[in-house]
Amino acid sequence: MEKEKLVLVGNGMAGMRTIEELLKLEPDLYDITVFGAEPHPNYNRILLSPVLSGEKTIDEIMLNTRAWYDERGITLHTGDPVVDIDRKRRLVKSEQGLEVPYDRLILATGSYPFMIPVPGAELPGVMGYRDIADVDTMIATAREHERAVVIGGGLLGLEAAYGLQQQGMDVTVVHLLDSLMERQLDKPAAALLKASLESRGLRFLMEVQTAAILGSEGGAGRVERVRFKDGTEVPADLVVMAVGIRPNVELAKRAGLHCERGIVVDDTLLTYDPRIYAIGECVQHRGQCYGLVAPLFEQAKVCANHLAKLGYGRYEGSVTSTKLKVTGVDLFSAGNYLGGEDCEEILFQDPGAGVYKKLVIQDNKLTGAVLYGDTVDGAWFFQLMREGTDISGIREDLLFGQAHLGDAGHGGQTQAAAMSDDMQVCDCNGVCKGEIVRAITSKGLFTLDDVKAHTKASASCGSCTGLVEQILANTLGSDYSAPEAKPLCKCTDYTHDQVRAAIRDQHLTSIGQVFEALEWRQPDGCHVCRPALNYYLISTWPNETSDDGQSRFINERAHANIQKDGTYSVIPRIFGGETSPAQLRAIAAAAEKYDVRTVKITGGQRIDLLGLTKEQLPHIWKDLTDAGFVSGHAYGKALRTVKTCVGSEWCRFGVQNSTQMGIDLEELTWGSWTPHKFKMAVSGCPRNCAEATIKDFGVVAIESGWELHVGGNGGVKVRATDVLCRVETPEQVKEYCGAFMQVYREEARYLERTAPWVERVGIAYVRKRVVEDEVGRKALYKRFLESQKLAQVDPWKERAAGAEAHEFTPLKQANG
Amino acid sequence: MSAVMAEQTWVEVGPIDSIPRLGARVLKRDGGDIAVFRNAEDEIFALLNRCPHKGGPLSEGIVYGRTVACPLHNLCMDLATGQAKAPDEGCATVFPVRIDGERVLVSLEQAAT
Ligand SMILES: Cc1cc2nc3c(=O)[nH]c(=O)nc-3n(C[C@H](O)[C@H](O)[C@H](O)COP(=O)(O)OP(=O)(O)OC[C@H]3O[C@@H](n4cnc5c(N)ncnc54)[C@H](O)[C@@H]3O)c2cc1C
Ligand code: HEM
Ligand code: SF4
Ligand code: FES
Repeated sequence: MEKEKLVLVGNGMAGMRTIEELLKLEPDLYDITVFGAEPHPNYNRILLSPVLSGEKTIDEIMLNTRAWYDERGITLHTGDPVVDIDRKRRLVKSEQGLEVPYDRLILATGSYPFMIPVPGAELPGVMGYRDIADVDTMIATAREHERAVVIGGGLLGLEAAYGLQQQGMDVTVVHLLDSLMERQLDKPAAALLKASLESRGLRFLMEVQTAAILGSEGGAGRVERVRFKDGTEVPADLVVMAVGIRPNVELAKRAGLHCERGIVVDDTLLTYDPRIYAIGECVQHRGQCYGLVAPLFEQAKVCANHLAKLGYGRYEGSVTSTKLKVTGVDLFSAGNYLGGEDCEEILFQDPGAGVYKKLVIQDNKLTGAVLYGDTVDGAWFFQLMREGTDISGIREDLLFGQAHLGDAGHGGQTQAAAMSDDMQVCDCNGVCKGEIVRAITSKGLFTLDDVKAHTKASASCGSCTGLVEQILANTLGSDYSAPEAKPLCKCTDYTHDQVRAAIRDQHLTSIGQVFEALEWRQPDGCHVCRPALNYYLISTWPNETSDDGQSRFINERAHANIQKDGTYSVIPRIFGGETSPAQLRAIAAAAEKYDVRTVKITGGQRIDLLGLTKEQLPHIWKDLTDAGFVSGHAYGKALRTVKTCVGSEWCRFGVQNSTQMGIDLEELTWGSWTPHKFKMAVSGCPRNCAEATIKDFGVVAIESGWELHVGGNGGVKVRATDVLCRVETPEQVKEYCGAFMQVYREEARYLERTAPWVERVGIAYVRKRVVEDEVGRKALYKRFLESQKLAQVDPWKERAAGAEAHEFTPLKQANG
Repeated sequence: MSAVMAEQTWVEVGPIDSIPRLGARVLKRDGGDIAVFRNAEDEIFALLNRCPHKGGPLSEGIVYGRTVACPLHNLCMDLATGQAKAPDEGCATVFPVRIDGERVLVSLEQAAT
């Protein structure tokens, strides 16, 4: 069957985005032809200013190369504008005489710069600022001439002025009003902006109206001067008009489509002709024309949805936000930034630091924002605005940004970490944090360029680059935040992996030896490196190293969890969560004897005794160990609990004895030190009541045996496990479990849980080591059992019997 | 502060080896416990055992150089001055220490700051 024919007029940002969105949905539905007036394939118009200022090259801003069109079978005609649409015969005619039929047509002709109709506006050296040709002209002019006048102190004018100045020209910006960027900024912010640009050498003439542009040679040659209404003049070799844009509706009008300011479209981007869509700056939707890419890209999604015959997308207009792309100026503006009746404003001003923030609130909702100097919270404010969040509860702290909300514990987190997955990071391309994170983890991305390439985030205006970098850093863990891996801590330049390799290859067996061999900068390291080194040493050379208590975090040194008031909690191990009246009686007796303040059942199916002083610890441990308990290691980077369900012993659904399996696993693995905490669970059937699929190692019983899962966790960022494999016998479960723990112990970085580790190395790698390589698995398991011989000494029992007494007794009681 | 006054407040806390290297022990006191630290060079320091941040017991922190990292939220404190290290902020109370042969003495009179 012959494909339907789709023709796009206007090879620009909105039109090509529509094609891309369409291809994502329906790669083969249409035969596509694209006409572009410019001689280039589609490029990123927003980045013309960085090209002008010399910060980027033309090649760097290309979005779709000719090869891209070829590979997708799209016919591209560049440098050949469409001059006519014959709606009856359904074909378009180009300047060069091509006639191409269509079943559906997209008009995406953009807009053109408005030229003020003053005498001299047509002189050589007077121009608009819209495309690559304009940039080429400006750069060429800057080589030969000195003085430029930019008419218009809006977004575009200021970018042009900055770029021309970077090209070495002497630039004067002429503005009709008394305040720059009046469509995005209120007066105080505009004043800060102006001062900052003046300090970079730009000159401003405010409240002047251009009357005429005068040329050399008696008026007919190249531009020479600009004259204003009040009779004053400034010299100029180049005049750039940046006073606004006009939707390019000529072609549509001529074809008899209904146009007002722009081509009028409905919520599906359809014009009055049901075969013709229009999109981008040339359209008028619900009375509104847009001049920024973010809304156009939203339109593109909807239009593609209908072209793909899905038919449910609806475009309902956009709230826009703006950032100025002048290097070194941080500016953000969105929504109703001016306020007005029924609006309240929250203001923050620190002129000394060059910071100004204004939030406009109406009916407990944020409706506008202007930020100058400190724009990190722009994305968050914009999100609150678009979602119409009721902010009455956070009003007090709103201005200080997202980082200030919530408790102090989150203060250290970066902005990106605090963003929810559905929050938009890149407003131009409508990319949310979740998509970026998914791309990073599933496609193995490491650099900003990778992320740009895969998600388009930060690929348009670049304002969100910082955020994307933060997300990269957070997602990959600190080691990958930059292309070069980060050093373990500030005492060294070596990374975790290098340090660990040195410990193994050079057979280093004490922290002192590591310091010496790797030339540590501080004689006894710091609180970051010492715990990591201690872990690497004991996990690499279990038989030859001794655990260094002073390099362990207090919980692991004292074998109890320190609480916020300096007291401790004690959690005895209850294997597999199965207990007995005798055990419970012993715990109850100890709790009473030591006046435990809170007794709490943990989520890990055991009992937490809270509020003990450090001196009490060895005493309560004596009572507990006498009753047969061992430490639960609830305080350690170690095996925590093995949660189980009742399984086939009781449950009518159970297919295997999950409780016993859990007890066996816990007996096998307790006491082992791991890079981070390690949790397990065993469920007796796929109903999975023990939540095994969010554990580091999860076991789910199936009719034929056991399904093994790895790499899950709850927590801030929940991750469900990957399936490792299926096995038949409890013995196999134990072997695979021990082998998995051992690779994790030997290869993961300190403080890296299995979830990020599995994501980093890939489940395929883990399967290779633990499942496919039988010899390797058995060797791993053997090493695991070997080190367990030394690890399964109950630290509580030792201490109850007097070990490390200094840890648990004060030096002395002083009077006074 | 007069010499006589000061003399009266020195408390012997025990031999230096009663404190673990790169560790600390606690001197109990009604007016607030004092953490007595020993570093790798066998220098001894004494701080009020209350972190200026949220009162964490500094005696339980990891010791390195002349620094202790608070066990609760990792504020890093200079043992000699009690000052938190930049970018952290805060100051812990310092007590004078004297080593007399093997004996460690701590003055219960706060050091002038
Ligand atoms: C210097 C500059 C900086 C900007 N900075 C930003 C920014 O920071 N953020 C932001 O959001 N937006 C910015 N914009 C605006 C943004 O570039 C536009 O909103 C966007 O490019 C509009 O997309 P469009 O597809 O509607 O139009 P265009 O990208 O202009 O594409 C239209 C194309 O159609 C072609 N065409 C017109 N008529 C015909 C015809 N009859 N036949 C064939 N082809 C035709 C045109 O030549 C053009 O190539 C900036 C614009 C400029 C000029
Ligand atoms: C991400 C931050 C988390 C931190 C910092 C944290 C910290 C802790 C601490 C300190 C304890 C010991 C409490 C005590 O002293 O008694 C504990 C216990 C526990 N936590 Fe978490 N936890 C986190 C997340 C989670 C999540 C997401 C889950 C479950 C999905 C979870 C499940 C448990 C369970 C079950 C216990 C009891 C463990 C046991 O029985 O030994 N924790 N956690
Ligand atoms: S997981 Fe299955 S066997 Fe276990 S309690 Fe739930 S339903 Fe029963
Ligand atoms: S209490 Fe010491 S850092 Fe918080």
